[in-house]
Order: sequence, then C-alpha cells, then structure tokens
Amino acid sequence: MIETPSRLRIAGLSKTFGDLMVLADVNLELQAHEVVCLIGASGSGKSTLLKAVNLLVPIDQGEIFLDDLAITGPEVDANRVRSRMGIVFQSFNLFPHLTILDNITLAPRKVLKLDRAAAEVRAVELLGRFDLLDKVKDYPDRLSGGQQQRVAIVRSLAMQPELMLLDEVTSALDPVLVGEVLECIRELKGQGMTMLIATHEMGFARNTADRVAFLHGGTVWEQGPPQRVLGEPERPETQEFLGRIIQAGRL
Amino acid sequence: MVLISTLSTVVFVGVAIWGVLASETWPRVREQFFSARHFQEVWPAVLSGFWLDVRMFVVAEVLILAAALIVAAARSLRGPVFFPIRALAVVYVDLVRGIPLLLMILVLGFGVPALDIPGVPRSALFWGVTALVISYTAYTAEIYRAGIESVHESQRMSAQSLGLTQVQALRHVLVPQAIRNVVPALLSSFVSLQKDVALVFVLGVREGVREAQIYNARTFNYTGYIAATLLFLLVSIPVARFTDWYGQRVRRRRQAMSA
Repeated sequence: MIETPSRLRIAGLSKTFGDLMVLADVNLELQAHEVVCLIGASGSGKSTLLKAVNLLVPIDQGEIFLDDLAITGPEVDANRVRSRMGIVFQSFNLFPHLTILDNITLAPRKVLKLDRAAAEVRAVELLGRFDLLDKVKDYPDRLSGGQQQRVAIVRSLAMQPELMLLDEVTSALDPVLVGEVLECIRELKGQGMTMLIATHEMGFARNTADRVAFLHGGTVWEQGPPQRVLGEPERPETQEFLGRIIQAGRL
Repeated sequence: MVLISTLSTVVFVGVAIWGVLASETWPRVREQFFSARHFQEVWPAVLSGFWLDVRMFVVAEVLILAAALIVAAARSLRGPVFFPIRALAVVYVDLVRGIPLLLMILVLGFGVPALDIPGVPRSALFWGVTALVISYTAYTAEIYRAGIESVHESQRMSAQSLGLTQVQALRHVLVPQAIRNVVPALLSSFVSLQKDVALVFVLGVREGVREAQIYNARTFNYTGYIAATLLFLLVSIPVARFTDWYGQRVRRRRQAMSA
C-alpha cells in the first residue's frame, strides 16, 4: 500500500521572540481536504503558527512539510512556497490603491505569469461565485468589512492554493458581517479545500471543522473531533478555556 | 470679518510703503535696485538665462526622481542576501548628504573637465547638472524611504504571502502607496531644487543669476538681480501654493477614509 503524504505536516516546531517562547514543539498534521480549527486564548501562538507555515516568520526549530516538500529547508524558494498556499489575515490587508479586480489579478499575473485576460477571467469567475461581481471596479475603501474580507479570500483563491490558512478572519468584523464570511469558508470546505483556521468562533468550529486543535502555552494541548474537544474536553486547561468562552456567551 | 482684515491689511501695507518711500536713502535704493531703465536693458539676458535654469531644473528633476527611487528601493530590501546593496545605498546617502552642494558643483564642474579624459564630457553645464542630480538624489531617496516606511507592514506581508518577490512587492504594492504619502514633501524639494540650479553660475554657466551678475559687473547696478528674483518667485510661489493645497487635500481624504 502506498502511503500518501499528508497535505501539511508540522513537526517539532518552536519559535521564540526574545525571551518569549511563542511556539513550543508544535506537532500537527492535515490530510488533503481536511479542515482543522485552531482554538486557544489570545497569545497562545495561533497566529504565529499560521505565519510560520506561510514562511512569514522564521522558525527556530522543527520542520514543516507541504505535501512531502520540507518547506523549512535551506534550499527552498520561499516565494514559490507561499504561492502554493493562501493566507488571509484578520485585517483584510487589501491593497488600497488597486481596484478589486487588480487586487485579485496582481499575484496571478506577476507570480504565475498569467496574461491579463486569463487572470481577469479567473478573477471574475471567483468574484461571481462569492457574490462580489458588482464590486469589480471599486476600490477597497468602498466595501464593507465583510465584503473586503471575502475579496481577500478570493485574492488568495485566485492563486489556486493547495492549502488555505485563515487567521481570525472574522475578528475585526461587525457581528452582522461575520456570517457572510463564515458562509464563504463553508463553501470552500464544500469544494474540498484543505484549511487551517485560527478562530474564536466556537459555533463555526463545531459545525465546520473536521478536527479542532486547542493551542495552549505554544503547543497543541489537545486535539480531536469538534464534538469531543468542544463537548467533552479531556484536559483541565481545555475545560477552563471553554468555560471562559461559555461565560462570555460565545458557545 | 473680511472687511476688517482687508482694511487692516491696507493700512498696514500703506504705512510700510510710506515709511520706505519717505526715507532719505530711498531714491538711491530705487536707482540701484529698481531702475526701470536698467530693468529694460537687462531683462532679455536674464530671461534667456532663466530659461536655461528652467531647463536644467526639469532635466535634473526627472533624473533625480528616478535615481532616488532606485536608491530608496535598494535600501528597503530585506534579508542577508541584499546586504551589499543596502549598505551601498546607505553609504551613498550618508556621504552625499554630508557634502555641501556648492562644493560638489565646484569639484565636479571644474575638477572633472580639468582631467581631460577622452570620451568624458567637458561641459561645465553637464557637470553642474550632474552635481545637482547626485546631491538631490540622496535627499529625495530619504523622502521616498520615509514614504515606503509609512506604508503599513501588513501590506508588505500580504504581498509576500501571495508569492510576490520583494522587488515585485515594492514595485506594485509599497511604492505606489508610498509616493502618494510623500507627494507634498517631493513638491517642496522641487521648489528647493528650482532655486539651487542657480548655483551652477559659479562654473560660469550663463543662467539667470550669472547674467544678472555680468550686468552688475559692467554697470554696478543691481536691478538685474531683482529681475532674476522676480522670475524665481514667479515659478516657486505657485508651486508652494499648490503643495499646500495638495497636502490639505491628502489630509482631508485620509480623515474621510478613517471616519
């Protein structure tokens, strides 16, 4: 039997900022088409973990594999690796001086070397799918936060990534706008996208994730199916974290 | 309100003018600096000299804007691979900013032609403009750099996360936003250069100030300098007003955006 490599494998990953140990021996694996939600308090290392996977922060120890390529290796072209995965941030980070269409087509044209027409066809198709077609010619500041975040997701998808990393993509949004963005992520799951999602939306994690990983003290403290981790957590730290979430009325 | 301010301005200016005109030395000052006869005589030469100033300014400014952008971009590249390029840019900026512009003009304008190297231009005009470009490129690069640094770090990160190289990120994401932020500062450096081009007169280049000086040496009358002054003001004041207006517009837009 041939063993297929996992889509993403993080092995023994550690990262310190000065004296502060942000990630301590993180081990995590994602199979293709799997959706994993990272939960944990602010400062537990979720965001740093996602940026490390995208090679946006250098790591101190450990390895990360995309399919079977060790992307943390010395000979790896970081730009090429980044173009194979999409990352979406809490603060949208659209390019304010470019129209929505140009925001989306920039990387496909410059990195994948698509010609403008092909890149625009791809962008328009994606915008249509996410109900943003009427925004094509607008600049980002004309859009609501929810629309901007959906454009940011589309911008990543236009690179046809093998893996999506979502870093608390709804945390900066008005509550009424959260739904449309979560809906958009569910649609991605329906299409079989592999995703690693840092989130505070426990309801979303429960009904969308294949697996939930609780990050505590910079390491994966507990992981498993959402019903189990969120419903009957085994470790006291997980219980305590979820207890606080329930108190805050978010589960 | 408008009436009061108008009235007070008229009174104030009136008293000032009366004070000058009533003074004993005024007739001599008028003859030395504001003589209509000398003005008519010197004007064509100063005007054609000033036209050379304008052309030098335009050529120099275009070269400066391009060269400074390259220096600033080189300085914002990150990572150990780019260390030599970064270091070179830093050395250039530090060195050139430390040298007085006049000194640079003298050294290049007299020194290089004196070497008499075949194939190297010997024109004082050429080397004068080159000195201006070298010097102003360093200052302008710092303006650009401030602009690039004022673009939020998350923009660089976003561009890189999409797989863009550092140079692509600079070219398509950071620099366009940076330039918008520093247009007022760039305009104000335009005004400064527009005046400093006159410094090449020390090389004997017959631009506006040089023409006025030649006339002064011949007639001992200073009206030519006043004529040159007028021409410089005629160009610099509108640019200064435009800079203010543009700066305010940028501020207003930013406030509207964050509201």
